[in-house]
This record gives sequence, C-alpha cells and structure tokens, in this order.
Amino acid sequence: MASVAARMADRLERWMPKIVIAPGFLAILLFVYGFIIWTAYISFSKSRMLPNYDLIGLRQYERLFQMDRWNVAFTNLLIFGATFILVSIIIGVLLAILLDQRIRIEGAIRTIYLYPMAISFVITGTAWKWIMNPSLGLETVVRSWGWESFSFGWIVDQNMAVYALVMAAVWQSSGFVMALFLSALRSVDQDIIKAASLDGASTAKIYLRIILPSMRPVFMSAVVILSHLAIKSFDLVVALTNGGPGYSSTLPANFMYEMTFRRNEIGVGAASAIIMLATVVAIMVPYLYSELRGSKNV
Amino acid sequence: MKSLKLALMGAIALAAMPLAAQAEPVAEVLHYWTSGGEAKAIKELQQAFEKRGGKWIDAPVAGGGGDAQAAVLRSRVLAGDPPAAVQIKGPNIAEWAAAGALGDLTEVATAQKWDDILPQAIKDVVKYDGHYVAVPVNVHRVDWIWANPEVLAKVGAEVPKTWDEFNATADKLKAAGIVPLAYGGQPWQDATVFETVVLGIGGVDFYKKAMVDLDEEALGSPTMVKVFDQMRKMRDYVDPDYPGRDWNLATAMVMRGEAAMQIMGDWAKGEFAAAGKKPGVDYICAPTPSEGGYILNSDSFAMFNVKGEDKKEGQALLAELILGKEFQETFNLYKGSIPARMDVPMDKFDACAIKSMEDMTAAAKNNTLVGSVAHEIAQAGAVRGAFLDVVTAHFNSDMSSEEATKKLIEAINLAK
Amino acid sequence: MSNLDIVRPENSSFHWVGRLLIWTILLLFCLWFLMPAYVVISTSLKNLEEIRGGSLLALPHELNFTAWTHAWNEACIGVQCSGLKPYFWNSVMMVVPAVLFSTMLGALTGYTLTKWRFRGSNIIFALILFGCFVPFQVVILPMAQTLGILRLTNTVYGLILVHSVYGLAFTTLFFRNYYVTIPDELIRAATIDGAGFFTIFFRILLPISPPIIVVAVIWQFTQIWNDFLFGVSFTTGGSQPLMVALNNLVNTTTGVKQYNVDMAAALITAAPTLLVYIVAGRYFVRGLTAGSVKG
Repeated sequence: MASVAARMADRLERWMPKIVIAPGFLAILLFVYGFIIWTAYISFSKSRMLPNYDLIGLRQYERLFQMDRWNVAFTNLLIFGATFILVSIIIGVLLAILLDQRIRIEGAIRTIYLYPMAISFVITGTAWKWIMNPSLGLETVVRSWGWESFSFGWIVDQNMAVYALVMAAVWQSSGFVMALFLSALRSVDQDIIKAASLDGASTAKIYLRIILPSMRPVFMSAVVILSHLAIKSFDLVVALTNGGPGYSSTLPANFMYEMTFRRNEIGVGAASAIIMLATVVAIMVPYLYSELRGSKNV
Repeated sequence: MKSLKLALMGAIALAAMPLAAQAEPVAEVLHYWTSGGEAKAIKELQQAFEKRGGKWIDAPVAGGGGDAQAAVLRSRVLAGDPPAAVQIKGPNIAEWAAAGALGDLTEVATAQKWDDILPQAIKDVVKYDGHYVAVPVNVHRVDWIWANPEVLAKVGAEVPKTWDEFNATADKLKAAGIVPLAYGGQPWQDATVFETVVLGIGGVDFYKKAMVDLDEEALGSPTMVKVFDQMRKMRDYVDPDYPGRDWNLATAMVMRGEAAMQIMGDWAKGEFAAAGKKPGVDYICAPTPSEGGYILNSDSFAMFNVKGEDKKEGQALLAELILGKEFQETFNLYKGSIPARMDVPMDKFDACAIKSMEDMTAAAKNNTLVGSVAHEIAQAGAVRGAFLDVVTAHFNSDMSSEEATKKLIEAINLAK
Repeated sequence: MSNLDIVRPENSSFHWVGRLLIWTILLLFCLWFLMPAYVVISTSLKNLEEIRGGSLLALPHELNFTAWTHAWNEACIGVQCSGLKPYFWNSVMMVVPAVLFSTMLGALTGYTLTKWRFRGSNIIFALILFGCFVPFQVVILPMAQTLGILRLTNTVYGLILVHSVYGLAFTTLFFRNYYVTIPDELIRAATIDGAGFFTIFFRILLPISPPIIVVAVIWQFTQIWNDFLFGVSFTTGGSQPLMVALNNLVNTTTGVKQYNVDMAAALITAAPTLLVYIVAGRYFVRGLTAGSVKG
C-alpha cells in the first residue's frame, strides 16, 4: 500500500509543473487566443449592431481601408508610436546618465521622474489638457510674463494635436525608461570602464562607444514596453483631445471603440482590431524569437 | 439576430429565477444625463419612482454623449443581463427591437392611451412592428440660436432672421472684437450646426432628400456646396480654443457675455435655467433661419427584456411615470425640452418652450418636421457617423466645399 | 555607485561647468515633471473665483480643503450624491485580490518555466507573453459574453478574474526573467536532497524573491487601480471602481463646472498609486536592476 502511495506521490510530483501551469495557461488560451479567434471570425462576418456569424469574406477589410478616419488613425499610430518611443528613450537615457553622475539628492529626483508612472492616463490627459489649453494654460501664463508672441496651441491645431498626445505620453513614461537604464548602468562591468578610461577615452566616448552599445537588451525591453503602451493608448486620447480637432488625433484603439460601440459596425471594428494585432505581431515576433533563443542558452 | 435570441434564452434558462408574488418594482436605469439640468431632471424621475415604492438602481455612464454608455449596453446584453431601461433613441430602438432585445409595453400603452396622446413623429420612433418598445420622454428642438441680447446690442444687432443677416451680424461682432459664435469643436456639435445650415440654406425638401433619403444627387448638389461654404464662414466666427470644448461650456460663454450666440438644441436652456437666467431678459432664443422647418430630437427609454416579476413591474411603473402628465411637466421644465405628450398644460413653461410647441404643431401640419441626423433621429449609428466624420473633417481643415460633398457621398455609401 | 567619477580626476574648471550643466538639465526636467502635479494640486485648493480670475500657475490664496471633502463625501455622481467614498472601497476590494492572484500565479508560472522546463515550455512562455500586447478593446465583447456565462457580470469577482488573467502575462514575464538568473545548480542540489516542487519554491526561490515581488506588485497595482475600460464595461452603478466614478464625477456638472472638485477628486483617485511609488519607488528601481531588465 505504502509503495503505491509513494508511486502516486512520485507521479504527482513529476506532473506537478504542468499541473501548476495549467490553470493560468488555459485561462490565457481562452481569454487571449480564444477571443482573438472570435474577433478574427467576426471580422469576416457581416456583424453590425450585434455579433452575427454569417461570413462575407474580406468585405469588412475593404470597407475599413476605404475609410478616411481609419487611415488617419493608422498613420497617427505610426507617427505617435515612433515619436513617443524615440523621445522617451532619448530623454530616459539622458536622465539616467546624468543621474548616474553622483547626484546628491538622487533619490528625490528619481521619485519626481518616476511618479507620473503611477498616474492614470485619464488624469494625465486632464491635467495636460489644461496646461495646453491656449486660453487657460501655459500660453496665457507665458504671455502675461511679457512674451507676447509665445504660442503653444498644439492641442487645437489639427496638424499638431498628435504631438500633444506624444508630449503627455512622454511625460508619463520617460521616467520609467530612466529607471530601466539607471538600473542597467548600475550593473555595467566597472573593469571595462576603467580600462577604457586609462586608454584616455573621454566620458562621452565611453558612454557612446562602450556602455550604451552593451545595453542592447535594455533598449529591447524599453522598445517593447513602450510599444505596448503606444498600441494600448486609448484613455489618453479620450481625456486629452478626444480624437480632435475633427478626428485628426484619433488612434486605432479609439477607432475600434467608436466603430464597435457607437456606430453599430462590429464587423469593421473587429477588422481594425485584427490589423492592430497584426501590427503588434510584426513588432513582437522578432522579440519573442530572440527571447526564446536567449533562454535556451542560459 | 438569431444567435442573440439564443444567447438571451440561454441566459434566461441559466438564471436562478427569483420569484416573489408581490414583488417590489425594481428598475436599473442606464443613462448619460449627468450635466446641469439633465442631472436634476433624472433625479425627479428617481424620486417619483421611489415615492411609488420602487427601487431605483442608478447606472450613469457619463461622457461623450452616450459613447461609453453604448459600450456598456452591448456588453450587458451580450452577458445576458441587460438593464431594465436604457436611454437610447431614434432608429437604434428599431434595431435593438429587431434583434429581439426589447420588451413589450403594449399593456401600459393601452391602459394609458398612448396612441391618443403622442404625436405621430414620436410614435414612429418608439413603436416597432406595431408594439410600443420604448417610452418617449421629451421633444427637443435642435435648430435654435441662443443669444446674449446685451452683447448683440453692442453692435446694434438683433438675432438674425436669415443666414445673410447672420453673416453680417457676425462680421460686425468680429470687427468689434467679440466672439460671434460660442462653439464646441466636437463632431456631434459640428454636425448640429451643419444640419441647421442644411435646413436653412437648402430648405425642408432638400433636407429630407439629402439627410433622410441620402439621395446622391442632393448630396452632391451645388446647394450642398453652399452649405459647406457657410460652414467655412462659421469657422471664422469661432474663437481659436474651440476644439474639444463641451457644449455647456460654450453655453456658459454666451451667459457670461464672452460670445454673442450659440447654435444648439434646447437642452442649452437647461443650463441657462440652472444658472438662474431668464428667457427674453438674460438670453434670447430664436429658431435658426429657415422657412418654417423644425429639427426634432427626442429622448426615450427603451425597455429591455428582463427576467423576474419585480423588474417587469419596475419597467411598467417607470413607463407609466415617464409619460404621466405631472412628470412630463416637471422633467421638461428642468431639461429645457417640451413634453412628448401633447395634452400637458403649458402655462408653467417659458416663452421658448411655448414657441417650440407651437412651431412643432405647425411643422407637423405643414409636413416640415424633420428628424435630426446629429442626434440619431433620422439616421442610425453608421450613417450618422459618416456625416459626422466628413463635417468635422471639413470644419477643422482647409478642405474645399466641393471635396467635402464628394467625401460625404463616399463615406455614406461606405456606411450604408 | 557611479561609474565614471571614480576614475575621473576632479580638478579642472571644465568639471564645474559640466556639473552646472548636469544640474540645470536635471532641475529643468524636475520642473517639467512637476508642473502638472502643481497645477492639479494648487487648483484643488483654490475656490472657483480664484480659478476663473487668476492664472493657472498662481498659488492659492489660502489652503482651502473644502473641495477635497466635497469630492470625498458629497459630490454628485449621476443622481447619487455620495462622493467618491463608496467607490474607493469598491476599488480596494477589487485590487487586493487581483494583485495577489496574479502575482502568486505569475511567480509559480515563472518558476515552472525556468526551473522545470519541459517540452513545449518555451512555446507556452511565448504564448503567455504575447498576452501583454493584446489591446483590451479587442476582448470586451467576448469577455462580456464569457462573464455572462460564468454569471459574473456586474460583480467585483468578474473584474478580479479579468484583471488576474491579463495581469498574468506581465507577472510571468517579471518572475521568469528574474528566476532565469538563479543558477540551476541550486535546484539540482535541492532535488538530490529530496526536495519536491513546492519545497524548492517555498524554501529556496521565494526567500530571494522580494525585489521582483515588489516590481510585480507595484506594476499590477498601478495597472488595475488605473483601469477604466474594464471597469466601465463590466460594472454599473454602485459596484463601479473608483476610476469610473471619477469619470462620472468630472462629467457630472450642475450649473457650474467645479474645477477644484474635479482636481481634488483626481488627486484622491491617484493617491494610493502615488503613495506606492513614493514609498516603494526605490525598491522598484532596485527590483528592475535585479533582473527584469534582462532582454
């Protein structure tokens, strides 16, 4: 009897890893992949107000790409994504390097840089909406200081509104990028730096030629996390510009929401969601691939 | 459609039917009336409901004139747990009814003789397949100008009666350094102004052809080009900070004398009233220039298929209260609209409401009553969205009027 | 601490110019990061006349907390004028279990995927990781249907489930990247000593996990507390989380828009996450250093 129980326990032990992983993994299978398949199916259906399961091929995608609003939204995503990621990384790296120069009150400054991460996009958007509002905010203040020609009307300018979004998003995320790089700087091998320094390389050169190139993985993580934020930016648009002026600052997430819930066009909404996902896949698959390759070597 | 019915039936089967013989009426009310007069108005309804022993579950979803609410409603219906009463309107009611999601109000309607007290235009909206599926709350007129007489007096002007006069007055105001038009740059507000211009410049028949029947010839006609030309002019009459501004903040600009006029439906009056302003004294209401036209908007509550006696009773009680004479009066006094039923005494209402009532009766008789597109009476979600997209894109860019008409036709064909 | 100053001699005047430049840039960025907070806080302390008449950047004349008490106790959200108080507790009831679940499950999953690899475990990791990048708008409708089938609509349990599942992708990523750096020999040695799956986890890995637990908890707490979309889609009325109530409060106006109350409400809503960052920010950065930054 005892040996049977022991064998049972042994078998259980061997299965344990899979048993432990199963619930979470199954939940992800259903709630992520099941739902993606559902959405993909709906994007080929003629669904309008409610989901409908009659297929009509690629019609919804054809309609999607004929819609001016979608093309604006998708272009905006590319502009917003690229600018947001680039600027956040530049500012984040710069601040990390500067903070790494034995700053006395580093802790306090770091907290100031990092706190926007704690705040929801809804609040960020509302605060920046005020500051960027020409008649309430910064423009009026600076003019009252005597700089009469100062103008800061991005939020009401249809060519600049998307950069107003970038500004608020960078404000929110660059502190996080700073934290990523600061922690990476702290774990750089000191010997290499010493050697380079003895060879007479300047500080700037050491950073540009030696330290930063050694941080490729950190750049990778930063790009991935930032692109995840860019793709999911929805609340920020709602709170800051609500897509306006007109629909000049709308993003795909907002487009999808508008179509699905407001215009009784669930099919088009699903099609736009699939295109968004395809964009994510195009960015993510190379990353995941390198991630998996890397873990085999560990 | 079939699948929804199945889903609903499945949900009903799954429900652990709570049965009570003498159930306390319960109603969960999903609405987006959270601003100014609207909030006060819905509170009246809540109090009346509770006075009759009902239990009111308030489900406000603020923001975006119902954008967020539309999402909530869909997820609740798909979850098989719809709220009892939902603030939806226009052709959307028929679409939900066609999907089999709405209940039947025939019993209350017969008892309360709704057929006799409601105007035809309203009946068309709230009836589906011969049955009442929604309760109308009010009638709003969209084509109003709200003006500050003091500000107009500064340039010696009165409220304009034609669009030429409007432009002349606005030019004068602008020259005097006053913002002529208080404006909120949100797509639905752009479309609100747009449709009053269509009615004014094109006339009632043109409005019906272009906005209701979506006739391509009318949409691409020189008249439509003129309409967009006028919109382009209006762009010069607004202040530079207009994008994204809420309508009630634009109304406040008129109240405070920062701007001369606003074109907005009569819910704006609720804001004036909430601030204690008197019509004819502090502000003037006048229809936007047109030949006897009347753009109608009407709020209503659709009653969804709910399970359980207490909820069904809640719906019946709610329906009875909403169309009751007493509530129609108090509610509409707050909201700025006029009663949906025609036999409510108008003596407590102000001059604007009385004018609205008279004009509506006349317009109904002369067949010049039209449904609003911006407010989803004449068109449902997708086509309305197409109008909004093009109008707002034109207003906020340098797009030419010709190009705008072309884009309008394209967008509407895509949305049909 | 620092890398380069150790090896740089501190003598030239060039050095002082450099320091000045560094401090200038750092402080300018401080201003930029603090401006919105300053505007929000000072507005919440002003009365309406001051807001209308004064400049956005002006200091309030006096410390006036009425807007705060109003937002907490009395402000109207729809027809209910109970302030944010009840919704605050709704959020707490949702956040605490959801953070605990997703962190625990993420720790176990990360542990299994690094220390008990089996055929296909890398693919499972990739599949889980991709969950980080699904736009949430995509899942609203099917999620609504699923919650309906599970009879969890309009309950806090529904939200806990949703947040736990979508948080799992991130927590798994954090723990997996942390545990990857721990030598497998440790585990092997323990196995030879007869330790089982859970013994190893609780005796060996958990005791060295606090840095990454801090990262995961802070991340999850912030994400879930700040969520608006799921909250608004799957709950109504009295069971809504704080973020949704904030939106309704800001959009509920009776006559005059009370900017000071809106701002106070926004601050109350943001207070818990802010507190977490200010108190535990140091550990957050330390935790990032400890492993999660590995590519």
